[in-house]
Amino acid sequence: MKQMYVYTGFERFWHWTQAGLILFLALTGFEIHGSYQFFGFDQAVRFHSAAAIALLILIAFAVFWHFTTGEWKQYVPTKKFLRAYAAYYLIGIFRHAPHPTRKTTLSKLNPLQRLVYLGLKILVIPVSVISGLLYMFYRYPQRHGIETLNVHGVAAIAVVHTAGAFLLVTFVTAHIYLITTGRTATSNLKAMITGFEDVGEEEFRWVDGENHAAQPEVI
Amino acid sequence: MRKFFLVVIILGILIPLLIGSLRRPAIEPRPVQDLKTEFAAKHIPSVDHMKLAALQRKFSTPQEVTQACIACHTERAGEVMASTHWNWAREEYIEGHGIRYVGKRDILNNFCIGVSGNLESCDACHAGYGYVDSSFDFSDPKNIDCLICHDNSSTYTKTKMGMPAPSVDLTFVAQHVGPPQRTNCGTCHFFGGGGNNVKHGDLEKALFDPSRDVDVHMATAGSNLQCVACHTARNHRLLGKLYSISSMNRNRSTCEQCHSAVPHDNDVLNEHTVKVACQTCHIPRYARVNATKMTWDWSTAGQLRNGEPFETEDSSGNLAYASIKGTFGWERNAVPEYIWFNGTAGHYLLGDTVSPDRPIEINTLHGSYDDPDAKIVPVKIHRARQIYDPVTRMLIQPKLYAPVRGAGAFWKDFDWQQAATQGMKSVGLPYSGQYTFVATEMTWPINHMVAPKEQALQCVECHTRSNSRLAHLTGFYMPGRDTNRIVEAGGTGLLLLVILAVAVHGTVRIFLHLRARKGPLT
Repeated sequence: MKQMYVYTGFERFWHWTQAGLILFLALTGFEIHGSYQFFGFDQAVRFHSAAAIALLILIAFAVFWHFTTGEWKQYVPTKKFLRAYAAYYLIGIFRHAPHPTRKTTLSKLNPLQRLVYLGLKILVIPVSVISGLLYMFYRYPQRHGIETLNVHGVAAIAVVHTAGAFLLVTFVTAHIYLITTGRTATSNLKAMITGFEDVGEEEFRWVDGENHAAQPEVI
Repeated sequence: MRKFFLVVIILGILIPLLIGSLRRPAIEPRPVQDLKTEFAAKHIPSVDHMKLAALQRKFSTPQEVTQACIACHTERAGEVMASTHWNWAREEYIEGHGIRYVGKRDILNNFCIGVSGNLESCDACHAGYGYVDSSFDFSDPKNIDCLICHDNSSTYTKTKMGMPAPSVDLTFVAQHVGPPQRTNCGTCHFFGGGGNNVKHGDLEKALFDPSRDVDVHMATAGSNLQCVACHTARNHRLLGKLYSISSMNRNRSTCEQCHSAVPHDNDVLNEHTVKVACQTCHIPRYARVNATKMTWDWSTAGQLRNGEPFETEDSSGNLAYASIKGTFGWERNAVPEYIWFNGTAGHYLLGDTVSPDRPIEINTLHGSYDDPDAKIVPVKIHRARQIYDPVTRMLIQPKLYAPVRGAGAFWKDFDWQQAATQGMKSVGLPYSGQYTFVATEMTWPINHMVAPKEQALQCVECHTRSNSRLAHLTGFYMPGRDTNRIVEAGGTGLLLLVILAVAVHGTVRIFLHLRARKGPLT
């Protein structure tokens, strides 16, 4: 079986660190939200703030990596194969059909992933980060001290931050399931751990409900 | 590659710096250790009054002592006569009433109701001699009672008419004067309302000799602070007052005097001080030693056994019923109620007409979340039923005390009709001849008996969905307590929908895979 190097060392480090931090932020964040008690409110706040700082630093590195390596191009959305992939996940997957396209180093994301990840990168994460920063650094109007980031109340910040949290948790739930939908149930997971993904001898693609033998195609 | 790492390192430094720069520079609080050192310094008097020739004599009246005091302290009499301890009134702006010269004469309370008509009894706590009616001369310095505040021998006590008890050795007391001690302040302020801790809930006899658990500042084995350590005085004007009578946001004695507004190491806690008073977290419960009176139903007063008044006690030994006063409810280790308070208060003044549809607020503490001056403060709310005239719609000032029967005093004659008639006559207000009892409330901010920091409120006691201490304070969003209905329903719904979709999709995949029993799971 041919193997292909898909995920570089930094990419894997970034992915797993981000995954861990987001899960930890969700765990502590929903405790602060009042959904349950686990660490204790004060500890949850402390941990949540620390993890948030860690995530910010990670994001700074990741942003830099995306632009210096040109990896950002992976997230440019496309309509090409979009319907094919929708059809694959709704129908083809149940018939053991192959993925519509083959993963390559140049194009490791399918069009659905591109859309969802782009949405995370430019919408959900920025909204969560900005509302989170405001949450950490807002100031109530007061007459003493430097009036940085005065707010009347935290309601708007809190509501936006919570909405972002719900979207992230929903994403993670779907994401954890979808990693089982690679060539085999574990091939995606293995790839994200080792960097290498098995690639089959031949590839098929599923277009408009029909199975076409096809050459791997770069999107 | 080197460039890559260089930029990464620069970013790694810049971003934390940027975040750090958003912080408000902390106002450095005075370290508690410094405060302890400062307040440990013992007061060394410059004069030993035992050696003064003017005090080596027998005093036949307390007024003679006062004259001896002001013979040397020539300007102090004027200061005292300008003080509230003497006048029992001051000029205040009261919302809805304008600028008024008000005090105990015009403002009612929720306990023995008011001083008018009862001064012979109430005068035991006046810093003067013989304030028994409106004929008292507030400009005569002879009647100042210096000793009630300055006796350091703990032998001076006052009785009816504001006069010293007959047992008091005036020469001995005069030779043992000094700065006010807890025993001086406590004699009146711990026993307001006719018994220990009746009124305040946070000022009581346990403070004469408290442990650290009872009061972290006044603990006799600790810092051993006296009342005047915080209630500092200049020219007999003391810092601090209570909103049972006061109305304006001035001359307050505050925690910030010593501790600054940002005393915590933790920024999140310091940010709380913009909206939350220190007392809210640091006095988690009040009346921690002896019970305080929470309810007082005057309507049951006047029951007699064999024609005689009687008293009963509850299981904890607190007065549960007294013929002269009615039925009481007590609470020990009470959880405060919480309100927004901006330092200004309104009052029911004698003669105000009010509707009894809702409990009548004897005092009203102002404030709301939107008010930048307001903070959340802990309060004791004392609930009572008081005598009320349904025709004039006024609360009635009854005559309670008289030395003998037949003067119309309720405590002697047990006749509300007479007590109301005589009482309202004494304050010059009309009385229709009809009376009933209505619900009243009085709000007492809790400021004293600060607990050690280990006992401060925990975050989760407010930041929680159920049973939050601040459950009743609305108009703002508090993390942990509040949720947005749309985000909560939408978010939970979306999450459940995805879980359902994953479950269905996964189940179908596994089912088809098992049916096919060939090839890897895809």
